[in-house]
Amino acid sequence: MIIWTPELALVLSLIIPLLGSGLIVLADKSPNRREFVTLATAVLLFLDILYLLVAVVAGARPSFEVLEVIPPLAVAFQIEPLGMLFAVVASGLWIVNSIYSIGYMRGTNEPHQTRFYVCFAVAIGSAIAIAFAANMFTLFIFYEVLTLSTYPLVIHKGTEAARKGGRVYLGILLGTSIGFLLIAVIWTWFVAGTLDFTPGGILAGKVDEALVPLLLALYVFGIGKAALMPFHRWLPAAMVAPTPVSALLHAGAVVKAGVFAVLKVVVYIFGIDYLSMTGASQWLIWVAAASILIASIIAITKDNLKARLAYSTVSQLSYVTLGAALATSMGVIGGGMQIAMHAMGKITLFMCAGSIYVATRKTEISDMAGLGRVMPWTFIAFLLGALSIIGLPPMGGAWSKFVLIAAAADTGDLIIIGVLMLSSLLNVGYLLPLVVRGFFTPVPAAALGSAATYAPGSAIKEAPLLCVLPPLATGIGCIILFFFAEPIYRFIESITSP
Amino acid sequence: MSAEFILGHYNYWVVIVLMMAGLYVVVSRGNLVKKIIGLNIFQTSVFLLYISMGKVRGGTAPIEIEGTGVIYSNPLPHVLILTAIVVGVATTAVGLAIIVRIREAYGTIEEDEILKIDHILDFGEGAQD
Amino acid sequence: MFANLSPHLAPLQVVIPLIAAPLSLFLRNATAAWLFALVATWSAFVIACLLLVQVLDQGVLSYALGGWPPPWGIEYRLDAANAPVLVIVSGIGAAVMTYARQGILAEIEKHNQVLFFPVFLLALAGLLGVTITGDAFNLFVFLEISSLSTYVLVSLGANRDKRALSAAISYLIAGTIGATFFVIGIGLLYMATGTLNIMDLAMRIADMGDSRLVRAAFAFIIVGIGLKLALFPLHLWLPNAYTFAPSAVTVFIAATSTKVAVYVLMRFVFTVFGTRFDFQELTLSYLFLPLALVGMFVPSIVAVFQTNVKRLLAYSSIAQIGYMLLGLSFATIAGLTAASIHLFNHALMKGALFMAVGAVALRMGSTDIDAFTGLGRKMPWTMAAFVAGGLSLIGLPLTVGFVSKWLLIEAAFASGQWWIAGFVVMSSLIAVIYVWRVVELAYLHDTPEHVNVTEAPASVLVPMWGLVLANFYFGINAQFTTSVARRAAEALLGVFP
Repeated sequence: MIIWTPELALVLSLIIPLLGSGLIVLADKSPNRREFVTLATAVLLFLDILYLLVAVVAGARPSFEVLEVIPPLAVAFQIEPLGMLFAVVASGLWIVNSIYSIGYMRGTNEPHQTRFYVCFAVAIGSAIAIAFAANMFTLFIFYEVLTLSTYPLVIHKGTEAARKGGRVYLGILLGTSIGFLLIAVIWTWFVAGTLDFTPGGILAGKVDEALVPLLLALYVFGIGKAALMPFHRWLPAAMVAPTPVSALLHAGAVVKAGVFAVLKVVVYIFGIDYLSMTGASQWLIWVAAASILIASIIAITKDNLKARLAYSTVSQLSYVTLGAALATSMGVIGGGMQIAMHAMGKITLFMCAGSIYVATRKTEISDMAGLGRVMPWTFIAFLLGALSIIGLPPMGGAWSKFVLIAAAADTGDLIIIGVLMLSSLLNVGYLLPLVVRGFFTPVPAAALGSAATYAPGSAIKEAPLLCVLPPLATGIGCIILFFFAEPIYRFIESITSP
Repeated sequence: MSAEFILGHYNYWVVIVLMMAGLYVVVSRGNLVKKIIGLNIFQTSVFLLYISMGKVRGGTAPIEIEGTGVIYSNPLPHVLILTAIVVGVATTAVGLAIIVRIREAYGTIEEDEILKIDHILDFGEGAQD
Repeated sequence: MFANLSPHLAPLQVVIPLIAAPLSLFLRNATAAWLFALVATWSAFVIACLLLVQVLDQGVLSYALGGWPPPWGIEYRLDAANAPVLVIVSGIGAAVMTYARQGILAEIEKHNQVLFFPVFLLALAGLLGVTITGDAFNLFVFLEISSLSTYVLVSLGANRDKRALSAAISYLIAGTIGATFFVIGIGLLYMATGTLNIMDLAMRIADMGDSRLVRAAFAFIIVGIGLKLALFPLHLWLPNAYTFAPSAVTVFIAATSTKVAVYVLMRFVFTVFGTRFDFQELTLSYLFLPLALVGMFVPSIVAVFQTNVKRLLAYSSIAQIGYMLLGLSFATIAGLTAASIHLFNHALMKGALFMAVGAVALRMGSTDIDAFTGLGRKMPWTMAAFVAGGLSLIGLPLTVGFVSKWLLIEAAFASGQWWIAGFVVMSSLIAVIYVWRVVELAYLHDTPEHVNVTEAPASVLVPMWGLVLANFYFGINAQFTTSVARRAAEALLGVFP
């Protein structure tokens, strides 16, 4: 009789993806069995995470230590609300994305599917490990594991373009993590004597005040997965990957791991009060704001749908960084909410982009006139996701934007409020045209770009069912999140007032 | 630097001259056998350094003889040098053996010609650099 | 019987390979000789492990050869600083001997194959002797034994490529000059103190204080050893020697001989001359530190442009030695801990990498970077080992390379020179470039039409993967290696603080 404790659930949450990846390798020969293993692993993980969520909401903070690597630095795990939130997002979306991947990979007949599913499982496992890391050392280890395990996913197609994209991906992510983050971590270890995530931070009084902004810079630029400009180039470069990769990893797990790490560093290494007292994050507010605007503007210029969504992600991620930089609890909470809202919204958008590719092989927005009439469900899902990103009620994205604006008002950064509003307008500018064009523009007379015409009754129809349902589900999820915003708010708030 | 100092330390001057001569030969001569000879001269200077440092003023050869109050020169450097000579001989032997093989493989034992052949092997025919 | 043997383990460590060398000559057959050498090397490894356990338990072990007590007799002295080095050298020796069978068959001419084993055993005995001895001149003798054997081993590559011969003669000339400088230094020390025993020298120099003679001795010894360990800019012999030697030989010398030289340097700089020696501080911060920094950087950049993978890894090795020298130049416990642990970790990393390259040479007949095209599919185990070694070289977490880098950067912060951390990190990033070139070629391209190779044989894969697994094991659980390295640092620095 197994006693079901939160600690056991914590251990299981780390083991399940690992075991799953091993089983997927074994099931290589039979695609159906392999897909079943993937789905089963994802479902089991999500159930385990849900159990943990219930426990953590009730106040439990399970932890366990694996081993000391370089004494006394240890690989250790401890759950706290932010990490719980990220884990729920990652594991929940894995299920949705796995269903979608099955439809996509079979629809496009991609090779190397086993490698794909295995790397996915390992990547999600690393994301969970990052979510539950008890100290910066553990987080760093699994941060690097995440980079390495997603590299095969990025270069999946094996073309020269994929190789180039992979080089940029690896180059920037390893370059920032080894070049900046490692130094920041060891510096912290050296001055503070510990790397444990502690409410209130561990740096108070340990670092010369003039150096705190530098340390923060090393951390924020070192966490390249947060895609803060100018180290954002890896995100558009990674779009050479198949869309399910883009959907989960670059709208979900990888980028969220990045901004999550930024939040953790701000809350548990520096401490919100310490940061606001030293004013060390003031410069970051402006860098994040610039990143928001510049990325949105670049997004408008892109015709390739995935590229446009990539730059949109860069912009949206900087919202979280901005929230962290405001150095107030409301800013951090806004950032945390944005993690959940943006993940739900962006994954919808990426899945729709993939569905369009599966059904029509089209990638450029200018080719997609009138497509909405033939693929109504996909475009409706896209609309739902777009509204969430833009930040209109009744979509979840409205709440995270609202909290961030309130936080900026609190600190008196009125210009930032302007930036956030302007960003919403720009979001409209780069997201809605596709929907408008899809539904309202008439079908062009001659075939543009790709071979098939799409007069009604022609070869192009809606994407396969497995590609249509997931984005619809997440689109509706955006609406549901709107109503769940308050519990999420309260949940994260508990970290700022221990 | 009085005359007494210079004359009194003549053994060290010899050592220095031989050492520099040996090193010079190694560096400046292109023929591999000459380089080995240079190494030998260099090593000989070391032998002289050790042996000459072992001499005790008024000391006789370090072979035990009857009588008290006999001053012996230090035998240890002699022992060390025997070992070092053996090492030197072994080095020369290995060096010469390799040179024989080089002669067989390259057809020459002049360093600059060997470098030229190596360069062509490294970078392909026609790379004249 | 073992109870009788155990007090004599220290000399047996050297004697077993030393006697096995001429004995293996009598076995006409290459296979018999290989088996014999295998037994000898693995026994040496077992002895080294036993000695390490004893040292960690008891502290210092001292054995007087021939019963003559030190400082008049030759002493074999083991403390926490050299016992781990013994384990590394003998371990690599045993792994290489297991691995070498196939390579020797392929790369050395038939009538020379039997001769490989005595020479290898002599090299091993020499290196073990250098590590274990407590007498400075004895050190020189063993150093020359190992060096001469190594020159011969390098020249054995002439069957495949005659440039091995010119590499061997350059190595011989440079190595002999180095050793002779070293012996001049020893002679000057003898002149100053009247003793050759390392511990006795340390005491007497500490009492003596500064003197021009001791300074001159210091200079000669540093330059002499510097040539042996490829201290930048005395490294010119290394790339050619590593590239053209037979693959098994490259694995061996890359993973051992420079490490032993680093140990000798540490022993002399910290124990013999001690930190009370004023000249020391100047040398460390103004000579070693800049040379280490340049040595980490320039060879890494050169490595990026190489077309031969062995030469690429050779330059990488020079850079890694720069890391060790950097730790050494801090002259703190933290710095020496980093240097000592990197001695061990680098042997594991480079051992695995060169073994993988050797396997490719075995199957493809070449170590040019183009030979690696598409091998990710045809030789999966070999290339996986290469990737693992490469990740370790870059210093990614869960590998030994990460542990070394972490400790080194920590030592940099501790010594107040935090800007050095930037150099360490930058040279790691350059390593990403040259490692990934090979990895990309192996996995993201297909083999050319005519290439039809299979995976390397088991006798090659097993030692290779032994080293790879050790790489990961000691990267995940570095408790033991860190504590041993720390004890080594304390042993070196703490004798005459």
